[in-house]
Formats: sequence, C-alpha cells, structure tokens
Amino acid sequence: MTELPTSPFPALLVGLPILMATMSLFFKSRREAVVGLTGSILTVVLSVFAIVDVMRHGTVIHILGGWEPPLGILLRMDSLAAVFIGMTAVVGAFISLYAWWYFRDQETGTFKFPLFWPLWLFLWAGLNGLFLSNDLFNLFVTIEVVGICAVALAVLSGKTTALFAGLRYLLAAIVGSMSYLFGTALLYGSTGVLDLGLLGQVLEPGTTSTFALLVITIGLMIKMAGFPFHFWLPPAHSSALAPVSALLSALVVKGAFYILLRLWMEVFGVSLTFAAGQLIGIAGAIAVVWGSWQAFMQTNLKLIVAHSSVAQLGYLLMIFPLLVLAPGVTTGSADWLSPVWTAGIYQVLAHAFAKSSFFLSAGIIIIAFGNDRIESLRDLVSRMPMTVMAIGLAGVSLIGLPPSGGFVAKWMLLQGIFLSGQWWWAPAVLAGSLLAAGYVFRILRLAFAPAHKKETYRPVPKGLQLCALLLALGSFLIVLPADYLIQFLETSEVFGSGIESIVEGGNYGNN
Amino acid sequence: MEAYQIYSLTSAVLFAIGIGGVFASKHFIKKIIATIIMGGGVFLAFVSFAERDALTFADPVPHALVITGIVVAVASGAFALALARRIYQLTGEESFNNEK
Repeated sequence: MTELPTSPFPALLVGLPILMATMSLFFKSRREAVVGLTGSILTVVLSVFAIVDVMRHGTVIHILGGWEPPLGILLRMDSLAAVFIGMTAVVGAFISLYAWWYFRDQETGTFKFPLFWPLWLFLWAGLNGLFLSNDLFNLFVTIEVVGICAVALAVLSGKTTALFAGLRYLLAAIVGSMSYLFGTALLYGSTGVLDLGLLGQVLEPGTTSTFALLVITIGLMIKMAGFPFHFWLPPAHSSALAPVSALLSALVVKGAFYILLRLWMEVFGVSLTFAAGQLIGIAGAIAVVWGSWQAFMQTNLKLIVAHSSVAQLGYLLMIFPLLVLAPGVTTGSADWLSPVWTAGIYQVLAHAFAKSSFFLSAGIIIIAFGNDRIESLRDLVSRMPMTVMAIGLAGVSLIGLPPSGGFVAKWMLLQGIFLSGQWWWAPAVLAGSLLAAGYVFRILRLAFAPAHKKETYRPVPKGLQLCALLLALGSFLIVLPADYLIQFLETSEVFGSGIESIVEGGNYGNN
Repeated sequence: MEAYQIYSLTSAVLFAIGIGGVFASKHFIKKIIATIIMGGGVFLAFVSFAERDALTFADPVPHALVITGIVVAVASGAFALALARRIYQLTGEESFNNEK
C-alpha cells in the first residue's frame, strides 16, 4: 500500500467542505449562503485538481496525520473513486447554483433555509470521505455522516409530510447502518483487520463471513432503497425541497451502492456464490418493474420522479448477478465483465444527471404553479420551453434512448446479459424502459396539450431553468468521452474484475 | 461456556430484539428505543470480540470503534427524538398510522 504515491488531495477533499460548512455556521442568512456557495465552488475546483492528479499518477493515497494503518486512517483515491467524486462535483455544482437562486427571496434579497448550506457541505464531505475510505469502520462513519445530513436536509422545509417522511427515512437509515456495523463487528472479530484490501486476502469462507455478508448487504440495501427496502424513498424524496430532492436521489443513494460494489468486489469474494448474485439480481429486476409501474401510476410530478428512482436503482442491482461468475468460469474467459462494468458506471452517471435535472425541473414547476400535479403542466411548452426541454432530455436518458448516457448503460447491460447467457434478466430491462417511456411521455403529452383555462403562474428566474437544462444535457454529454473514461477506469484494480464463485469450501447455497 | 461466548450470544439476542422492535412497534418512541437496543447489541458484540486468543490484554481497537459508534448512535437517536417531538407538537401524532 505504502509504495503508492502520496497526495494531499484526498485529505483536502474531506477537510475543505467540513471547514467551509463550519465557517458558514458563524454567519446568518445572506452571508451564510455566500460562504456556502463559495465552499461549493472551492470544493469543485479542488475535485478537478484531485482528478487530474489521479490521471497523472494513478491511484494516490493519503495517510492522515502520518499515522500508518492499522492505527491511523488511510484514504485511497483510485480512478473509480475519482469518477464518483467527479460526478458529485459536477452535479453538486449545478445544484448549488440552483439552490442559490431557489432560496433567494426576489423582493427582499434574503435567503430562506440558510441551514441548507452547512448541511450540504457536510454531506459533500461525507460523500467524498465515503468514496475515499479504505476500511470498514471509516465507511460506517462516513455513511452515517451522509445519512444524518441527508435526513436533516430532507426535513428542512419543516412541513408535516416532510417530517413524517424524514423520521421514516432516519429510522430506516439507523437500522441499515446498525446492520452494517454488526457485520463489521463479525468480520473484525473473525479476522482482526478492517482494511478492505487486507480483509479480502485473509477472509475465509464459513458461517461467520456468510452471515456478515448477509447483514452488511441487507444494511446497505436499506440505505440504497433496494427492493424490498425501498419504502422510505418515495415519501422522503418527494416531500423534500427541490434542490434537496435532487441531491438525495442523484448522490446520496449512490454512496451506499458504491460501498456495496466495493465490498462485494474486494472483500466478499470467498463467501459469494452464484445464488447470492442471482438473489440480489432478482431484487433489482423486481425494483425495475415495480418502481416504474408505481411511477406510471402517480399523478404528482415529484412522486413520479421519486418512484422512478427506485426503478433506476434496480438497474444498478442487476449488474451484480453478472459480476458473480458461475462456478467454473474464470475472470479471463468472461468477456461480458467489461460491458457490465461500463453499464454500471454509466447507469450511475446518467441517473445522477438525469434525475437531479428532473427534480430541479419539478422545483421550477412548483415555484411557477404552487403545486406539482401533472395536470398543471398543461401548455407548459409555451410558457417555459427551457424546462420542457430539460424534462424531455432527462426523460430520454431515463428511458434509455440513444444517444443518451442512459442508452449506453442499458445497451451495455443488455449486451452483458446476452454475452453471459443469463437471458432471463433481459425482459426486466426492456419492461423497465417501456414503462419509463410511459411515465415520461405522460408528462410530455400534457406539456404540449392546450390549456383548459388561463392559469396564473409566477415567472421563474432563467438561472434556475438553465441549471436544470444543463444537467439534462450533461446526461448526454457523458457519452462523448466514453472511450477515454473506460480507459481511465481500467487503471483501477476493481474495474473489469469479476468474482469467481466458489465450488468447494463454503458450500452455502451452492452444492 | 466462556465469558465472551455469553456476551456474543447476548449481543445477537439484543440485535434481534431491536430489529424486531423497530418493525413490530407502532409508537415513535418505542421504535427509537428499539434502534438503540440494536446499537447496544452491536457494541456488545464489538467489545466481546476484544478478548482475542493469544493476547494477554484486551484488543484496544474494538473499544475505539465502540466509542465512535456510540457517539454516532447517540447523535442519530437524539435527532430521531427531536423529529418525533416536532411531529407530536405539530400534529399530536405518535405513530405512522394516520400519516398524511
């Protein structure tokens, strides 16, 4: 580990947002927002420098305070972490700008909900820390920081519905993190190490590691709202303020997915069986169909978008059965690993851009009409063409039509499904896309339909609409550097690898 | 039966009681207490694993982890209580039953 080049950036990526968040707490209203926005911009700049650093030197590490592990904390930034940090930076930058205009009172120039800024920066620090962490316990701490900040942001409006949803979210998050911590305790108890790389080498198959795998996976599934633990997501995401909804759905749930991916790939190789992969894949497939169907049935824009998150996260779970190889198949002979990894990364990126854009557009519609019933969208195209454009582009990416990022994700996923011979996942992918087309065109049809009567609406600042549109465009632009992105990701050890499931040894669900 | 086995089994039982309580009980405070019991089980598991074979002294790392874990659990428990209190003040509701 120590032969890797050291860089100050991993520490700064966590430290700077915390510093700016704490500083913003000393100020009130307008100044708090100014410090918060400055902090966001600085963090974005820092993220760019850090990513350039990783491009130049490959994986970089930082040993906090010079205390070598196992006593100290080691932060590791490889290309996979860099991509997630980059995604957080780009999506976070647009949401920050949007929040600036969204929370500013146009008449008085004061800022509503100034606590948004410190909470968002703490959340950002937690996310960066999560992507950089290299041991089980550090991951627990960062996911708790992320979880508590996320709930605090979700209840920011103080409305009753948001409070109910927030408490449900918090209870689910606590149960999830306690399950995760229980698994951590079991792993530490049986091996005496917490470092992910080391743990992957010393972990032996057996009852303890299988049980640890089970509780950790369930804990993280609760956190990322994987079916059947998705119950908290739609109310929490739909009742939050628009910039918060965008943050929660684009970034927060991806944190838990990132941990799940890292742990399955790096740690649990010995305890995973083909059946375990199939099981999580089934959860994903049901989430895709069920979430899309629920989204199709809703009549409120924000609920449609929130339910669609459940479905889009389902696609992410569906990459796991393809990564866990059937007994007898080796990583070398599995030619579908590369497309599956590409699908996973593009699904994460495309969903982050498209979903945040969708929620920001929903916020614009709430400002304009005072509610988000899709009936109010009638004749939207003549009033706010930019927002209709944003909804359309984001929707195309969610459906997975070319040339969007969502198309790359779904196409690569299908390619991986057929190459691996696990054809039974294909119907779920196609059904999800069809249903997504259903709910997106339901919204767009109304946007182009003539209005029954002249409804009054408040004009919305152009800046807000521009942020949503640029994010929607982003879900298309990510396709352009695809070759380069995949090449960059291949410098990471985990990218493109599969899990060779055991035939002898553990014998759990795999005889 | 050795001491650490008793602790480990107790921790598993506590964890199970807690996770059952979160789903089975209706009242907010009961749900929150259940999560705290879950936490208690996890921390007990950590501490019981501190007695490792071939060591004459207790492993300090689990203790450091438990301290951190307790801080996190207290913070999230307090936050949950604050939310429950606010809901009670605004609506008089004590459970998710009549959620709107």
